[in-house]
Amino acid sequence: MSGDNATTIVAAIIALVMTALPGPASAQEYPSRPIMLTVAYSPGGATDLQARIVSQPAADRDYFGRPMIIVNKPGAGGKVAWSWFASRAQKTGYEVAVYNLPHVLAQSIALNADYGLDTLEPIANFGADPAVLAVSRDSSIETVEDFIAHAKQNPGAVTISGAGLYVGHHIALLQLERAAEIDLTYVPYPGAVPALTSLIGGQVQASFNNLSDAYRSRDRLKILAVADLDRDAAFLPNVPTFLERGIDIDDSSVNFRGFMVPRGTPAEVTDVLAERLPAMFHDEGVLRRMREGGASMRIMGREEVQTLWQRHQAALEALLADLGE
Amino acid sequence: MELLQYFPDVLTPWHLAILSLGMIGGLLLGATPGLSPTLAVALLIPFTFNMEAAAALILLGAVYTGTVAGGAISAILLGIPGAPANIATTLDGHALAKRGRAAEALHYCFLSSFVGGLIGILVLIFFTPPLAEVALRFGPSHLFWVAILGVTVIGSLGSKSVLKGLLAGAIGLWLATIGYDPVLGEERFVYSDHLTGGINIIAALVGLFAIPQVLGMLEGAGSTGPTATYQLESHGLAASIAATLSRWQALAIGSVVGIFIGLIPGAGGQVAGLVAYDQARKLSPNRDSFGKGEPEGIIAAESANNAMVGPSLVPLLTLGVPGSPTAAVLLGGLLIHGLFPGPNLFTLHAEVTWTFIGSLLLGQVLMLLFGLYISRHSRLVMQVPAHYMAAAVTVLAVFGAYSVQNSLSDVIVMLTLGTGMYFAAKVGVSPAPVVLGIILGPIAEMNYTQGKLIAEVGEGMARYFLTGPLNITLIGLCLASVGYSLLAELRSARPRRAQA
Repeated sequence: MSGDNATTIVAAIIALVMTALPGPASAQEYPSRPIMLTVAYSPGGATDLQARIVSQPAADRDYFGRPMIIVNKPGAGGKVAWSWFASRAQKTGYEVAVYNLPHVLAQSIALNADYGLDTLEPIANFGADPAVLAVSRDSSIETVEDFIAHAKQNPGAVTISGAGLYVGHHIALLQLERAAEIDLTYVPYPGAVPALTSLIGGQVQASFNNLSDAYRSRDRLKILAVADLDRDAAFLPNVPTFLERGIDIDDSSVNFRGFMVPRGTPAEVTDVLAERLPAMFHDEGVLRRMREGGASMRIMGREEVQTLWQRHQAALEALLADLGE
Repeated sequence: MELLQYFPDVLTPWHLAILSLGMIGGLLLGATPGLSPTLAVALLIPFTFNMEAAAALILLGAVYTGTVAGGAISAILLGIPGAPANIATTLDGHALAKRGRAAEALHYCFLSSFVGGLIGILVLIFFTPPLAEVALRFGPSHLFWVAILGVTVIGSLGSKSVLKGLLAGAIGLWLATIGYDPVLGEERFVYSDHLTGGINIIAALVGLFAIPQVLGMLEGAGSTGPTATYQLESHGLAASIAATLSRWQALAIGSVVGIFIGLIPGAGGQVAGLVAYDQARKLSPNRDSFGKGEPEGIIAAESANNAMVGPSLVPLLTLGVPGSPTAAVLLGGLLIHGLFPGPNLFTLHAEVTWTFIGSLLLGQVLMLLFGLYISRHSRLVMQVPAHYMAAAVTVLAVFGAYSVQNSLSDVIVMLTLGTGMYFAAKVGVSPAPVVLGIILGPIAEMNYTQGKLIAEVGEGMARYFLTGPLNITLIGLCLASVGYSLLAELRSARPRRAQA
């Protein structure tokens, strides 16, 4: 054990020293130096931890032979980092960023952010955390149908928490309001955990939250439905999807996480990334650590993830059009 | 008693080594302005990936304890708080150090940190289940009143007059509104790209405290000579222990305030020190000497800071609800090792959990020993000539501001605010209320907006914010705090007028 730690520390020091050195001028085999991986959230959060897990074997010869170094640029729900990444990151393949799917596109549509499909190119997806609808253990509501009936009796008076504006939870809420023709009051919190706490503490009546976080608190909750195309077989096999219950909510709100580069990065570089990133995500150590951390993997290659982005862009544009004025 | 059963696990050589290393590292990191406990713990988590769970948690817990206590070192020696939690320590700690009593100030600091920290950990050990339920009761209306309670402290904090204090606090509250509003999704006061992410609290803290210090040092640098023309007095440890214990009232106030603020999720343990400081002053017979190097001020502030650590882990370990920003980061560290907070943590993973809690207890003792050792050498820092010190502090300030989120914008914000503060300080404005405004603004605003959303579709604003035992208690505390300040102001105004 202690040997491993020493290796990690030495590797980190070498990596830091190497980033300070200029890379060789001629483009040898990519990558010839460490790759910077920008994370739009604070160290210690779910996105940061998962990015650290999946990028850890990068220095292995089977993958990149160079480490990936995480740089956190938190602020304004991801806007600070993504705006910087789309407009100012080098298009060399040495600057890669982690995206959170509904956020990055929804912000670009709803907030006129200066990034989006035109300036960002997704390469590979590693994780997916669907939104689930949960109520407190003591609630009289047992099913999604109960919840909708309750909301119809009390239009606008049902409070429901989530992790902020234009994140998956907010998107799921908008979809539910439209599909079930109900009116809810969304209460944004600064993160998934505070939003869930507000439900457990009885401050709000329901919460759209991450499947992973809700699963950990399942003793205190009733999880009514999953906003995804399929049930979650690993963690919540008994919780139905909204679609099964006849409510038209697709996977637009699922929090997909993956790697992207700024558009304009040369093809010979993105080809290398597209080939090796999915292989790295399938690394045994990565899969084991993600499982231990209670995080679901959903690995997608370049074509699949680019189709996913196109499809979500269209769905989100349609959904958010009403809010645009 | 399960703690005793697992305590020997803390004493294995590998665990002891990690604990000591984490504690020394934590004290040094904490003493560096800008490297807050939250950042230090966050940056360490990746290094724990390959450790076994108990060792990883011991390291993270030691760094958390060490950085919280270490932040007081720079607060006392340089007048620059290592983290927002140490602002209150600066007020009397640095004043005492400038009178040549730095070692004595550090003694008070570490002794009261030890007492507060120990009480906090004992609360964690004995009262975890009932207190976790208390923590859950706090909703937006209650957190709003907690923030207002913090605001009532602003007027009397370190400034020469209440009016200037309030003005500085208002500027802080305004600075906090810059950036992206999390509830409405609008940008406010973003006149430059550097402000998109808002004013980072750590960058502001470093700038407001460090830059005026640096410029002040350079002002006097022409005349050369050491920073401290102070006479350095050595101070016996026994005398310090006696002096600390004889101020048991300040210790008690600090510990109790720290425990309660630590328990409240999201209130920001950052204000524990300030609230305790203010209460201790209001209740002390020596209230007039607060701000001029009163040991009670240091003792109240530091016992509160460290008493907060244990209770902030109560809701974290039982419910997965962190009681402080650092505890929130620690949650990530737990999850990475497959330790999911909840009742299972104390049954299924009892060995890891109790070893961790045992290490926190032992960590308090190590923190005291290392801290007292550092105190003996504090004179080295105090005797550095001003121009060297100015350069060193500038480097630390730039490094600290940049490292928070790897952003040059934060450095620019830091330098701008700091330069402004230098001129404001010339007219008797103190940086402490500005920082408090920046901390409390978002807490008050966010909870007000959330509360409003909930109240308007439910029981209505008045009922939601003004009724219920918890709301009424908090409002009562706010009124008492304001009322007492007014009384004190009137009382001291009379003799002043008589003199004039």
